[in-house]
Amino acid sequence: MIRDLSLKIRPGQITAVVGASGSGKSLLAHSILGILPYNSRMEGKILYDGELLTPKRAERLRGKEIALIPQGVTWLDPLMKVGAQLEKGRKDAGTKEKCRQALERYGLGADTEELYPFELSGGMARRVLIASAVTEKPRLIIADEPTPGLDARAAARILGHFRELAEEGAGVLFITHDLELALTVADRVAVFYAGETIEEADAEDFSDAGRLRHPFTRALWNAVPAHGFRPIPGAQPYPGTVSEGCPFAGQCGKCREECRRAEEIPLEPFEGGMVRCLYPERRTAG
Amino acid sequence: MKLEARDVTFYYRGRKKAPVLEHFSISISSGERVGLKAPSGRGKTTLCRLLAGYERPAAGEVLLDGRQIRKYRGVCPVQMVWQHPETVADPLLTLGRTLNEAGAVEERLMDALHIEPGWLTRYPSELSGGELQRFCLARALHPAVRFLLCDEISAMLDLVTQAQIWNFLMEEAKERGLGLLVVSHDDALLEKVCTRVETMPWQT
Repeated sequence: MIRDLSLKIRPGQITAVVGASGSGKSLLAHSILGILPYNSRMEGKILYDGELLTPKRAERLRGKEIALIPQGVTWLDPLMKVGAQLEKGRKDAGTKEKCRQALERYGLGADTEELYPFELSGGMARRVLIASAVTEKPRLIIADEPTPGLDARAAARILGHFRELAEEGAGVLFITHDLELALTVADRVAVFYAGETIEEADAEDFSDAGRLRHPFTRALWNAVPAHGFRPIPGAQPYPGTVSEGCPFAGQCGKCREECRRAEEIPLEPFEGGMVRCLYPERRTAG
Repeated sequence: MKLEARDVTFYYRGRKKAPVLEHFSISISSGERVGLKAPSGRGKTTLCRLLAGYERPAAGEVLLDGRQIRKYRGVCPVQMVWQHPETVADPLLTLGRTLNEAGAVEERLMDALHIEPGWLTRYPSELSGGELQRFCLARALHPAVRFLLCDEISAMLDLVTQAQIWNFLMEEAKERGLGLLVVSHDDALLEKVCTRVETMPWQT
């Protein structure tokens, strides 16, 4: 599904991973935490604090130093009240207080603790998931699509909160399909396509299409409702189904013969960012 | 045709003191694409559930062409596409079987929504949210359907897919004269897609 993926998350920075649905974003999150399904296989290395993140170590750190904010609202236990889920079995006053504060931070009152997940609206369930992740003061936060279904104000508050956590020294990996949202908060943006990183850029490069390097990143930019809402035809190949050539070849307007035949297209530095393309777009003024 | 909620009040069981909707009215005519926005937790999804006949209002009526929506038999002409597709597909059925439960899906829809034949033999947990959402759209677009309630259907899609799906849905709605209710938090999207935008009353 994912291949040739490289990514660095630094403390104090928010790194956004932006990609289409099915491009393998959630798998990335799950591989860091060591919770991939049994029928998957992973190669390569994940380093955390300079040390290899083995499945054992991941198991020890997750939920404490490394927190996941999962994508699906189905990750809440349907048979447990919200309050009990946040407290994770501890009943002392300090924990209770911490949980109450965490909920409050996201605009949820104390009455939320008494609700079961099915009584929450989509947006409230999401905020509960986020509150649950940050009660532990993690050093690495992996947020897998934390905001869909939230109104702009609630989303902005949560992203503002990520910024605070980053300023306190945590690293934040912000996984999203929503480029516009990523840009409001991220320092670096990595764009995923069919399980590969195709471009890594500073967030400010997205201020206009002319500064973007990969044709797909430009296509993303053009599909923003405020930028014209123009989709490119076709769909992303399923990750893992393209064995040779550029995976974007089927949708690319500038695809050449070499692109289809190339054995491996490396992710290379280009005009201040990284791009995986044989003929990257040159910077244009405007 | 006209789908309307007339002076609807609704509360969930045991919460009579805090109704989700109170004396709320909205109407959608065929060919209209009505946007709906409100902060989270204000009853947007509940309104969709009422309009599609999944819930009964405590007071007021939900009418399709003057007739109660719950009185219609066969394929309900008002279909809902849900915010979280992973919660509306049977986890124990392959998607092909899930689709067949709703009747045969036109080949044309499968192409337009980029549903790959290989996905039909998979289970919901083996597809991404965006891929599942396309199944839900195909399932909801039965020929007998006249109104589609879209509850944040593209919030989990990437921009290219979002633009593709909305361009497709707008085309489809025009061709078939469908009425659309579009729930979204994205103002720019509502402006592009809708013929008018309604805001839900601000409750305290």
